[in-house]
Amino acid sequence: MAKQQLLLIGHGMVGQRYLESLVAQGGRDQFDVTVLCEEPLPAYDRVGLTSYFSGKTADDLSLVPQGFFEEHGITLKLKTRADSIDRAAKTVTTNTGETLAYDKLVLATGSYPFVPPIPGNDRDNCFVYRTIDDLDAMIAASKGGKVGAVVGGGLLGLEAAKALHDLGLETHVVEFAPRLMAVQVDDFGGGLLKDKIQELGVTVHTSTGTQEIIDGESCKHRMVFGEDKHLETDLIVFSAGIRPQDALGRACELELGERGGIVVNDHCVTSDEDVYAIGEVALWNGRIFGLVAPGYQMAEIAAEHLMGKAEKAFQGADMSTKLKLMGVDVASIGDAHGNTPGCRSTVFMDQTAGIYKKAVVSECGKKLLGAVLVGDAADYGNLLQLCLNEMDLPGDPAALVAPVSDGAPLLGADALPDTAQICSCNNVSKGDLCAAIDGGCMTVGDLKACTNAAGTCGGCAALVKQVLDSELEKRGVEVNNHVCEHFPYSREEIYHLVRVGQITTFDQLLEKHGSGDGCDICKPTVANVLASCWNDWVLNKPHAGLQDTNDYFMGNMQRDGTYSIVPRVAGGEITPDKLIVLGEVAKKYDLYTKITGGQRVDLFGARVDQLPEIWKILVEAGFETGHAYGKSVRTVKSCVGSTWCRYGVKDSVGTAIQIEERYKGLRSPHKLKFAVSGCTRECAEAQSKDVGVIATEKGWNLYVCGNGGMRPRHADLFASDLSDEELIKYTDRFLMFYIKTADRLQRTSVWMENLEGGLDYLKDVIINDSLGIGEELEAQMKHIIGTYQCEWKTAIEDKEAVKRFKHFVNDDANDDNLQYVRERGQRRPAYEHERIETVQEA
Amino acid sequence: MNSSVAVEWKAVCKVSDVLPGTGVGVRLPAGQAALFCTRNGQFYALDNMDPFSHANVLSRGILGSIGDRKVVASPIYKQHFDLETGQCIEDETVSLNVYPVRVEGDVIEVAMSAAH
Repeated sequence: MAKQQLLLIGHGMVGQRYLESLVAQGGRDQFDVTVLCEEPLPAYDRVGLTSYFSGKTADDLSLVPQGFFEEHGITLKLKTRADSIDRAAKTVTTNTGETLAYDKLVLATGSYPFVPPIPGNDRDNCFVYRTIDDLDAMIAASKGGKVGAVVGGGLLGLEAAKALHDLGLETHVVEFAPRLMAVQVDDFGGGLLKDKIQELGVTVHTSTGTQEIIDGESCKHRMVFGEDKHLETDLIVFSAGIRPQDALGRACELELGERGGIVVNDHCVTSDEDVYAIGEVALWNGRIFGLVAPGYQMAEIAAEHLMGKAEKAFQGADMSTKLKLMGVDVASIGDAHGNTPGCRSTVFMDQTAGIYKKAVVSECGKKLLGAVLVGDAADYGNLLQLCLNEMDLPGDPAALVAPVSDGAPLLGADALPDTAQICSCNNVSKGDLCAAIDGGCMTVGDLKACTNAAGTCGGCAALVKQVLDSELEKRGVEVNNHVCEHFPYSREEIYHLVRVGQITTFDQLLEKHGSGDGCDICKPTVANVLASCWNDWVLNKPHAGLQDTNDYFMGNMQRDGTYSIVPRVAGGEITPDKLIVLGEVAKKYDLYTKITGGQRVDLFGARVDQLPEIWKILVEAGFETGHAYGKSVRTVKSCVGSTWCRYGVKDSVGTAIQIEERYKGLRSPHKLKFAVSGCTRECAEAQSKDVGVIATEKGWNLYVCGNGGMRPRHADLFASDLSDEELIKYTDRFLMFYIKTADRLQRTSVWMENLEGGLDYLKDVIINDSLGIGEELEAQMKHIIGTYQCEWKTAIEDKEAVKRFKHFVNDDANDDNLQYVRERGQRRPAYEHERIETVQEA
Repeated sequence: MNSSVAVEWKAVCKVSDVLPGTGVGVRLPAGQAALFCTRNGQFYALDNMDPFSHANVLSRGILGSIGDRKVVASPIYKQHFDLETGQCIEDETVSLNVYPVRVEGDVIEVAMSAAH
């Protein structure tokens, strides 16, 4: 049977979710799918649009998995707008002149920004805030201006104001209503929000209507508010609400609501049974849902209905929201305005601290109906669950908003039913989390990777952690992060004990705080912590027995028991003379030679007894150890940058060498990899490193917590346009804070994902020094840098130490078990089946 | 054990040659052994060959304890072996030969053949 034609108009967040849902249900077996996208880019994260101003690229914001369209054979037509629908002929005509036939049609055209009918609203440098193109235009216009104004003080308006503020403009918000965020918060909350936003340098004009926009005197425009009131501004952004993009539906006479929106039933089917509408264009029960979560729900329901499964029906959506506006937490839950008959409110307000909380409670005083939180939205998760699940309040309603004196949580995660939705962005219920925990998830990071909970806005992260802890406890899993049976402490606690107690050896620590003899888990961990704190030579007698063989012999043990050697090649820059030395050494000792991913040379197959003599040659030639064997700083990869490259904007090689020289030898909970790119083409792949640095015309962009390997993760932008000094300062603090608080063998990515508060918290600690430990961290780093030594140089100068590099204590012979095979011109250890039996001595 | 056969001892090194908490490789007429000195100064010897990787590396493992058992961890795939019995903790079908060790003055002697 021939496949049917499915046409999707609109490729935004909801459109993409629809495609993913369809593919997951095998929809491609029944349908040929074509997608029309008016914008030049495929679906991107419109909710995260503002982050485009803080350095995220269009690629970062993209929601389409790489190769998605190719893999599933879906046709995507970019820059193609549907101009009309002929429902009788079942065709769609596009602006490119094509006519496409369909059997089923899905409208996901979203909404458009409402621009108030003010005379002059079509002047130059008047924008809306909806697409990446809009943002690019705003950025271009901001360059010639000083002042920017946003018309509309709702959620999007404040986002736009933040964007203008970040662009360096004197920023104004003009709101017709008497308060900001009129839909979500009440007068008190709105007033407090206004105060806080003004403190940040944005001027807010409430109860202010614009009559017309005319030529300005000091700026490009003048917004006229009244007879003697006006505002001069260079650019204007309209963000006065959205309207459903329903023109196509109107023209082909689908049923529309009185105030617009294409009417749909519980399965998102319109008045034409072959046409669906989903997302912000759809009108359900007289309501438009301007949030992404209900849009996603509609996408999934419509896809299921198309595939003949109609169990799930759209039942409306909770419009509660929590967000951070210009650094201010704002949340609104349920009936925030107290419109329910008979309801009562309890309010807490602290103008000094800038906190406002209101709980709306049912007449009987037993149920929470709604809430407003400004300045502190930490209780959002708990309150939302109480409200959505119609749970009986745990006590006096006043306790819901009163400051918690003993730090006790309001509501245990235990009390939640399995159906409770924990993450509304990705529709993850408590039951889903429990299933994932049964499936082996042990950390918040695991749960995030497995269920995507807390993966979008992160608002539910604290609640996810509560569920995890209580569920693990229920399953009898002792929630402890003790290093091993010998120390009832986490790595972070051990670090603290070592620092505070000035402990310098493993034996001291074991005596004071541990039991037994130690083991292969705690010994290397403690050795590593001691090195991070005091930076003694790793082969000093008290430390020697603690080291993993790689650290003990300062090489990487391979499968036959020999070692590989990786000298440091800072920044990947090496002179021909030094390269020749490496070649000569490799030739002399017949070492298998390979280039590493970190721009160095790896020499394989050195026996323990050969290591000191090889290193003597290398050290004499000016090489230092590369610490490829340690849980420590490895390499700083670089592109050639402005040294040679015609696109390079800064000296990436020089900076890479400077960074590598600074942090070489630093021992850390896990290996650390760095990279520096000389321009945004990013040839050094800095965004896959623990610390990535990318040159911009204004300075350095710093990325943190990326990694390759088994679970690759892109690094997050941490700070933009840094000077050389700032770059080093933040990196010092970042690394020492990681060393101080991470778990054993925890890469920076997992560490950061498990920090409560995540990236924002980390920025607070490092950039704003919120814990007041910035200088201490820098001083500790200074000590490490000041006590650096090349471990191999020290070793070859120490006769006692060199004596340990022998295979037998009682014989100068070598291991007679080593057998090699030559392959592609080099040797490698023989596999089991290639080995030649040696005659056993009696 | 056949008690009628006298143990043949081989002097291998001085006590000071083995740092407490580490091991060294020992060449015996019958092959290779790994000689360990625990942090309390007790000596043990096992086969040097790691049965999981077939590499002669056990002398380079980290010493420690699991409960009351003194163990060495293979540096390759990290299995643990009981220093007293040679038993692999992770796989009960695998065990190593154990070589008796004695200290004569400041010299360490290892039995030339394994205990049975």
